[in-house]
Amino acid sequence: MASALINVPARAKRGAIIEIKTLMSHIMETGYRHTADGEVVPRNIITSFSCRYNGTEIFRADLFPAIAANPFVTFFTVATESGKFEFEWIGDRGFTETASASITVE
Amino acid sequence: MRKQDESTRRQFLGIAGSAAVIGAIPIVTLRPADATPAMLASAIRNVVGEAEVRTGKVKLDVPPLVENGNTVPMTVSVSNPMTPDDYVRSIHVFNEKNPQPNIGNFYLGPHAGRAQVSTRIRLADSQKIVAIARLSDGSFWSVSVDVVVTLAACTEEVI
Repeated sequence: MASALINVPARAKRGAIIEIKTLMSHIMETGYRHTADGEVVPRNIITSFSCRYNGTEIFRADLFPAIAANPFVTFFTVATESGKFEFEWIGDRGFTETASASITVE
Repeated sequence: MRKQDESTRRQFLGIAGSAAVIGAIPIVTLRPADATPAMLASAIRNVVGEAEVRTGKVKLDVPPLVENGNTVPMTVSVSNPMTPDDYVRSIHVFNEKNPQPNIGNFYLGPHAGRAQVSTRIRLADSQKIVAIARLSDGSFWSVSVDVVVTLAACTEEVI
């Protein structure tokens, strides 16, 4: 059901600053909306996102209900060596998703 | 003497009882629908502690006039070098009038190269947004931006 979109440059020069764009499809239900019967729609959000570059954590984010649906997060890192980026999203109701992307550094 | 004691006890219980009722009503009915400036201030205190927050260094890019509060593009950048001894440790974004004062916390490191984060946020009302950056030397820098929202994010909407 859930799916991720990752944008990492396929190749980069050593030492270059690269931008990483991530999007995870998720409803991000705030827990502040009501149904017509007046019942609160329970919260269902992604609470944590992290990115590891060859095993080292380079970016982490705590997300709150104020993050829009389908959380889109972009950040930067320095391309130091060829390898793999691993992304992980953790949320309410046991939500966990992972994705990965590889990069060639010249 | 004894009679007087009883009457004061009765009066005391009566006053205490009515005070309890008056005190209880606002707790039940006045559940805040919006994060107040006080909640914003306490959320910021939770992050910075007693440290001084200075204005500057941080840039918060949000459209000043937003048509749809359900998805508002936001970019926070900090003009600070990203070297092993001097870098941006984290970026924290807060709002004034959503039901919760926090928007997001972003943790960077010296290898980020550039202290810049983008995401999309929800805004329930026209309000002030505050971004605070924590540097590796422990100092805090902030910026605040006012945003006008014409269609609010659906906190009140019935689905």
